[in-house]
Amino acid sequence: MNDKADTDTSSPATQPLKTGAQCVIDGLVKAGCEVLFGYPGGAVLDIFNCLYEAPFNFVLTRHEQGAVHMADGYARATGKAGCCLVTSGPGATNTVTGLATAYMDGIPLVCITGQVALNMIGNDAFQEADVIGITRPVTKHNFLVRNADELPDIIAKAFYIATTGKPGPVVIDIPKNVQKAKTAALPPETVTMRAYHPDVPINATEIARFAELINRASRPLLYVGGGAISGGAADVLAQVAHKANIPVTTTLMALGIFPETDPLSLHMLGMHGSVAANYAVDHCDLLISAGARFDDRVTGKISSFASKAAIVHIDIDRSSIGKSVRADLGVHGYVKPVLEAVLPFVKPAEHAEWLEQVNRWKERFPFTYPQSEDTLMPQYVIEQIDAVSAGKAVVVTDVGQNQMWAAQFFRYTRPRNFITSGGLGTMGFGLPAAIGAQFGRHGEPVVCVTGDGGVQMNFQELVVAVEHRIPIVVVILNNGFLGMVRQWQELFYGRRYSGVMLSQHGRAPNEEIPEAPGYLPDFVKMAEAHGACARRIFKEEEVGPALREALASGKTWVIECIVAPEANVFPMIPPGSHVAEMINRTV
Amino acid sequence: MKHIINCLVENQPGVLARIVGLISGRGYNIETLNVGPTADPTVSKMTIVVPGDSHIIEQVTHQLSKQVDVIEVVNMTNRRHLDRELILVRVATVNHHTRAEIVDLAALFMARVVAVQEDSVTIQMVGNQETVADFLRLMKPYAIVDISRTGVIAVGRDAPESAAKKG
Ligand SMILES: Cc1ncc(C[n+]2csc(CCOP(=O)(O)OP(=O)(O)O)c2C)c(N)n1
Ligand SMILES: [Mg+2]
Repeated sequence: MNDKADTDTSSPATQPLKTGAQCVIDGLVKAGCEVLFGYPGGAVLDIFNCLYEAPFNFVLTRHEQGAVHMADGYARATGKAGCCLVTSGPGATNTVTGLATAYMDGIPLVCITGQVALNMIGNDAFQEADVIGITRPVTKHNFLVRNADELPDIIAKAFYIATTGKPGPVVIDIPKNVQKAKTAALPPETVTMRAYHPDVPINATEIARFAELINRASRPLLYVGGGAISGGAADVLAQVAHKANIPVTTTLMALGIFPETDPLSLHMLGMHGSVAANYAVDHCDLLISAGARFDDRVTGKISSFASKAAIVHIDIDRSSIGKSVRADLGVHGYVKPVLEAVLPFVKPAEHAEWLEQVNRWKERFPFTYPQSEDTLMPQYVIEQIDAVSAGKAVVVTDVGQNQMWAAQFFRYTRPRNFITSGGLGTMGFGLPAAIGAQFGRHGEPVVCVTGDGGVQMNFQELVVAVEHRIPIVVVILNNGFLGMVRQWQELFYGRRYSGVMLSQHGRAPNEEIPEAPGYLPDFVKMAEAHGACARRIFKEEEVGPALREALASGKTWVIECIVAPEANVFPMIPPGSHVAEMINRTV
Repeated sequence: MKHIINCLVENQPGVLARIVGLISGRGYNIETLNVGPTADPTVSKMTIVVPGDSHIIEQVTHQLSKQVDVIEVVNMTNRRHLDRELILVRVATVNHHTRAEIVDLAALFMARVVAVQEDSVTIQMVGNQETVADFLRLMKPYAIVDISRTGVIAVGRDAPESAAKKG
């Protein structure tokens, strides 16, 4: 590669020297990177130069936020770390929303940012930003690389940190001179870090107490969160649930960890969760939280959440235990080994009375919606995605009403088949995340459910899907509103619709925009301009055929569904309220 | 209530900022902060004094200990410990009477006069949090011209290290 390596007698072995940039590529390959999402710029030119012959896929996104969301979607769909690469300054600052999204949901990502040369840092150099400072609160960890010699080690550590413990995004900020510098350093065989020990030994006393609580309970409930998905706990969870007949409710993040078709499933809990799940929380005498974190969208009024129950909180993140809700027993560890440890001590139980009660709630209060003669109901569209894909679609959502309907009206049966921005609630996540998910799940149907608002936040990424022949189906539920905000204005602000109207469709006659086209924007034209196939549909009978055609086509599709403008997501427990205050106007 | 938190951290740039950011990001004001190397030059010890509700401080210590560069976190307030702070305080002396009073008081606290000017004396005083507070209260009537404090440092009194390991 260079002649210095051959003549350099001071280097111990005959290792050829590599540039820092080459170390980046080698580190990614060693970490198993299959696809790198990114965007170039001056401060990463050396890395892009080496990318030219890298053995993995590089995907040029159209915005750095898109790159991070794609890496994130890939990670959520596969369980592997997503990888992205951006330039310094504006490239790096554009990643912040994506990093925060991944951080809130515990998603493993490695994001490499270029930086100005070390001697320029702090001088307001061209395209300099304090990336370490800016990304500190939205990353699990970040590294500023000062020397090419430490680069192989740092890359290995970054992947280790991102994927172990509670996973999360890691930023590696690499100054330009470090990318150019040469080094003989090799990647480490194994990563060891003095101050970071993600593996927690199982505590036998905790397990014994846990088993005792389960065996004593007469109305137990499993409340399962995203940690069970990242920990791969689906099988053991099903074993525990079935052995002792414990009903299971999941958070938005954990949909699919337990088949929603199982009689023990109570579907999602929380603000827009099922009546049965929320009633069960209110009535249970033991709540087993497995990899969930008692988010305020789940608990509502904290003081009355699960008020009749003993609470067991299993979490790999010690700081999460007891953070918002008192835990009668904290079990520190990964969900899977903890459940595996307790399983043999769990006594088979019927809980007949409890299950009967829970089933009555399920029967009486299923997810439902008002039928309409003349307008297409958004919930119907979701049911059709489930039906047409025979429940097999990987559903990736945006944020808002569309997200909640996607959660409520599709019966998820497998983990990693429902992908959504839960903690941060990032509009604009859906489309790029769906592209990333499809990169990780070749051959599986991927459907992006999005809103007319959110889809505009990263629409530019549709080109990437077309360019790489990514057969995602983007279903836009066009209600002409920032629907979720409108719903809150309807319910809590006296129907004063302030700053929520998106298109012609839905405006009062006196607010129509003169001489504007009927659809603003025209999503069909937009999609076609990006090279995708597209259709606008209005009626129930159009939904199934459009979905079937799109899913069979192997092409990138946009289906714009003109849906009831003022449909609401119910049930709804108003923020900070108790289940008793649930609003449920579904018929 | 005030908490004294000892953190052993990797001696590396950026660690201090991460820790301070984590505490201040939650709206807590760090009262004093001391950082120095330990017997192992790759490890630094930080002593943070922060007032706050015990339940929340406990959660903050868990959040601190989950940081990748944090080796160990101990809330010293919960265990037998010694704490000390060194202060340098310059006090105005209106005349030789006040000077004599100040020097007498300093002697009672086993503090040393380290500099004498025409209109002031500078005293070096070492003590635990309470003693330092008592001394400063007694100095207050004499018009404190300037004060510098090292911040509290603390060591445990029992054999190391039974509690609060990483995890
Ligand atoms: C980046 C971002 N900005 C603002 C919000 C606040 N917000 C939450 S839902 C929503 C409306 C979403 O509208 P749309 O995409 O049309 O979806 P709908 O609710 O109508 O299905 C808004 C503005 C957000 N979650 N994310
Ligand atoms: Mg909308």
